[in-house]
Amino acid sequence: MTAPLVQIDDLHIAAETDSGRSFGIINGVSITVAPGEIEALIGESGSGKTTIALGLLGHFRTGCHFVSGRMVVNGKDMARLSEAERAALRGRSVSYVAQSAAAAFNPSLRIIDQVIEIALIHHTLDRAAARARAVELFRDLGLPSPETIGDRYPHQVSGGQLQRLAAAMAVIGDPMLVIFDEPTTALDVTTQIGVLRAFKRLMRDKGMTGIYVSHDLAVVAQIADRITVLKNGEVQEQGTTAEILTNAQHPYTRDLLAAFAPRPRARPAAVAPQEQTIVLEGRNILSGYGKGKGFIPAVRDVSFRLPRGASLGVIGESGCGKSTLARTLAGLLPASDGQVILSGAPLPAEARARSKEELRRLQIVFQLADTALNPATQIGDILGRPLTFFHGMRGRKRADRVAELLDMVRLPRDFAQRYPTELSGGQKQRVNFARALAAEPEVILCDEITSALDTVVAAAVLDLLAELQRELGLSYLFISHDISTVRAFCDEVMVMYAGEAVDRFAPAQMDAPERHPYTRLLVSSLPQLDPGWLDSLPEVLERGV
Amino acid sequence: MHSLAVKLILQRIAISLLTLLFVSVAVFLITGLLPSDLAEDLLGQAVTPEAAAALRETLGLDGSPLQRYVSWMTGFLQGDLGMSLVSQRPIADLIRERLPNSVTLAAITMALTIPFALSLGILAAVYRGSWFDRAASAMAVLLISIPEFVIATVTVIIFAVWLRWLPALSFSPDADSIWEVLRAYAMPVGVLVLSSCSQMIRLSRAAVIDTLKTSYIENATLKGARRWRLVFRHALPNAVAPIVNSIALSMSSLLGGVIIIETIFNYPGLAKLMVDAVTSRDMPLIQTCAMLFTGFYLILITAADIIAILSNPRLTDR
Amino acid sequence: MTALAFFHRRGWIVSPLTAACFAVILFWGTVALLAPWLIRYPIGEIVDYDYFSPVSSLNWLGSDYMGRDMYSRILMGARLTIGISLAGTVLAGVVGVAFGMIAGTIGGLFDQVLSRCIDAFVGIPNLLLALVIVAAGGSSIPVLILSVAVIFAPSCYRFSRSMAVNVGAMDFVVAARARGEGIVYLIRSEVLPNIIGPVLADMGLTFVKIVLLLSGLSFLGLGVQPPAADWGGLVRENMIGLSYGAAAVVFPCIAIASLTLAINMLIDNLPRRIRDRSPQ
Repeated sequence: MTAPLVQIDDLHIAAETDSGRSFGIINGVSITVAPGEIEALIGESGSGKTTIALGLLGHFRTGCHFVSGRMVVNGKDMARLSEAERAALRGRSVSYVAQSAAAAFNPSLRIIDQVIEIALIHHTLDRAAARARAVELFRDLGLPSPETIGDRYPHQVSGGQLQRLAAAMAVIGDPMLVIFDEPTTALDVTTQIGVLRAFKRLMRDKGMTGIYVSHDLAVVAQIADRITVLKNGEVQEQGTTAEILTNAQHPYTRDLLAAFAPRPRARPAAVAPQEQTIVLEGRNILSGYGKGKGFIPAVRDVSFRLPRGASLGVIGESGCGKSTLARTLAGLLPASDGQVILSGAPLPAEARARSKEELRRLQIVFQLADTALNPATQIGDILGRPLTFFHGMRGRKRADRVAELLDMVRLPRDFAQRYPTELSGGQKQRVNFARALAAEPEVILCDEITSALDTVVAAAVLDLLAELQRELGLSYLFISHDISTVRAFCDEVMVMYAGEAVDRFAPAQMDAPERHPYTRLLVSSLPQLDPGWLDSLPEVLERGV
Repeated sequence: MHSLAVKLILQRIAISLLTLLFVSVAVFLITGLLPSDLAEDLLGQAVTPEAAAALRETLGLDGSPLQRYVSWMTGFLQGDLGMSLVSQRPIADLIRERLPNSVTLAAITMALTIPFALSLGILAAVYRGSWFDRAASAMAVLLISIPEFVIATVTVIIFAVWLRWLPALSFSPDADSIWEVLRAYAMPVGVLVLSSCSQMIRLSRAAVIDTLKTSYIENATLKGARRWRLVFRHALPNAVAPIVNSIALSMSSLLGGVIIIETIFNYPGLAKLMVDAVTSRDMPLIQTCAMLFTGFYLILITAADIIAILSNPRLTDR
Repeated sequence: MTALAFFHRRGWIVSPLTAACFAVILFWGTVALLAPWLIRYPIGEIVDYDYFSPVSSLNWLGSDYMGRDMYSRILMGARLTIGISLAGTVLAGVVGVAFGMIAGTIGGLFDQVLSRCIDAFVGIPNLLLALVIVAAGGSSIPVLILSVAVIFAPSCYRFSRSMAVNVGAMDFVVAARARGEGIVYLIRSEVLPNIIGPVLADMGLTFVKIVLLLSGLSFLGLGVQPPAADWGGLVRENMIGLSYGAAAVVFPCIAIASLTLAINMLIDNLPRRIRDRSPQ
């Protein structure tokens, strides 16, 4: 067996809080990577995967510091080098592809100058040779007009292209080890697929060693040889990709695998068709931004019917108009044309013009629980305000109802005295949802409410939503970019593309041949746990990039 | 291709012109709200209704406010600035004598302040947390907290009273040798530099620190770039807008400083002229000086904004 | 002491520097309130035939160009400087912040028109505007208060408007709008609690700027008129003593600098979460 290229031994890294307390964020992690292998670090937010990845470049973010252990790359312990020695190895021995290429590129420099910078810093190539090499890489990565794309500024290319350019920037110095830090997480699924394929081909062709950091098991399954599962800075399980996927030993790994493929929920027959009264209806909704000639429609001619007690899923990629649709229905962005009909009665386009009763019956819940809760207000008051506003409740009665609401969303009653910043992401999202429940609505518009949560937490929130729907007879308009969530959760699915509703179907019919081509693209772009999935896809799919 | 940048620049210029118009109306209105009748004031004991009316007519003080504004404005635009009420001389002559002095003072100050303050601010940001940073930041907060005349007072006490290196509180522009000129300018310019640099140090430091915190700087670090490459190649091009803005903001304090400094050191400049005009309520002179000062100030901050727009490839290169 | 306990309870570390700044501000605040009971001579009384006398038991801070007691004059000057500045700050702050929050929260045409006008207004240098107003309105105390309020209300407006716009774009405010809440509730319960810290810090800085402007005006002889004198005026009166480094010039300078420096340093060292301009 050849000597490992990367050897992390009993690594400890600590972080400091504002008040100066120190606590471990990496607690005794050991990882070994052989040359030519790709090792995946899997974990949820706070698992320490990015901290380890940056540590391999000898870089610790502000507030973090190395405590003990070894992080050897090609015989050099990165944690124990001087800053000058580290700088000499960065880009040549180890290099880094960041999560958001949009943030990693300097907005005021041309792309080519940034791509070839490693070669110039380390004097491996002269400018002309570096440029030629970059163009070659652009071509390998399947970038359009490889000769000239480098002369643009970062804001002039698409997200998927920028991510490939970031990969070119990382490998131009022929590094021995490339670290990918969630490089496709910020991309839409149809874009992700092409980027992923380009990365895989690049790594395979150059025989490079890689460390691939991700939260997404299915993505990792396509590209990694081995997987390390991390949680709270500790290794939960390590093994080959096949072992982890088919024969996971650790309960946490199994949770991750289970959350990845949500079970279609068992829906009691009594609820599904019910009386089939339509509670919310959209008729030919046209909505967008700007006025007069500058009007840019974001939602065009969208119609839908949401039966009482049912869930309508709306899916599509960023910019397809799904969030605009939710804002239009809520009256935050008045529809330019068309009608919103609640229980048979048309609603005024603007929230301001709607009656209190109309507002009460239709509630909206936002994606980011962090910004959806007023940081200066206690949870009790956040939940209490709609009670006072809609139902005139005060004092004892209000406090009792707040406690009930907290019970409903499975939070302890003493949370009423806490502030939002003291809660975790999942807890905040439950409060966020409870605030909508407080109004006792008929319809709740859920705008990507599980997208910012870790998979296991998101699954629990979805279970809660389903349960409340059964108990309270709620109807949901469930907006998401994640087709597997929508498929598992909703009674009907509407697909949006460029502002239009291009397809609608029952979840069971998602794979049916009569689906719209875009639906088929979305479905087939969704990464599968099967490691052979990416290679089995036809090349045509890349047109989405 | 550059349409957005052009649009923004034109918008910026339009706002400046609007400001100037606004100032002219405001200055005219405010100075028109005189509690006492200037003509009667000027005539003093010798006042008769006829004499006052006649004087009002020669001074252009009769007619409706709108008429007076329009005639003043058209005169102003044609370079006819009217007469000073107090000295009975054409305002244009007074300005012509004083303006070069003020421009010299401001130009020397700017030429010294900008490199001094920016290098201090940038160095403090690069060596954030070091003793140098702490010293520079402490100096900046000290200078921003102290009025110009206090800085001047302290400087005079140190250099003229204790050390006896420089003349106190007198400015003699007719010095014969270069050495004399330097001695004459040393204190006014020094005090102005000190009083106008603090804002620039603080803001440029903050701008560079903000830029050094971004992901693209981290990414460049991970490419093996060393400190000065990070600062000069990656950080500064992105900090141009806030830095230029800090320069523009300092111009405001420079202007306030000039007014005080010219008075303290008896420097024969435009600001001294204006302060004297305010003391003697020489309204036409005040109007003209206010317009000139605002005009200069607007040219500077508009230029700063235009540079900031041009430095952003998102606006110029679409 | 109770203030320190208050800070500690909230997990704020109070440095000795912060405590010292706080003490200086408290000192001048008390002096301004109690000055009439603390002075040793009426401020107009000539107590020493020797003008510009140094520090002595007779004149604790020396005497001025007419032989009046500087200690008494500085104490009474504190009343004028702090009083006028405080009144100006409150006036500018209340008007500027109220309009800023309304414009930032409701947006639309009201916001656009008002903000454009304010943009044009802030293009005028402060001291220049003060000179013009004083030239026309005279240097009475009400005019001085009004003029500093007029000069600084626009910057209070801009600051609180931009803070309100930032907060207003956050989902919790959007959620309140979607619920149908009125403008008063939005401002009082959603926007104000989240911007009050930075807005108060900004008003502290505005107070300093007003003290500086007012002192500058008085120094030019265009502020508070004799025989009363604020700190800037005291420096002006005694400028002829500068060539001897007279105590009468030095002490008012120290008074101004200690107050403004203490406030600026206190605000600079406030915990990030109060001072920070971006809501979390």
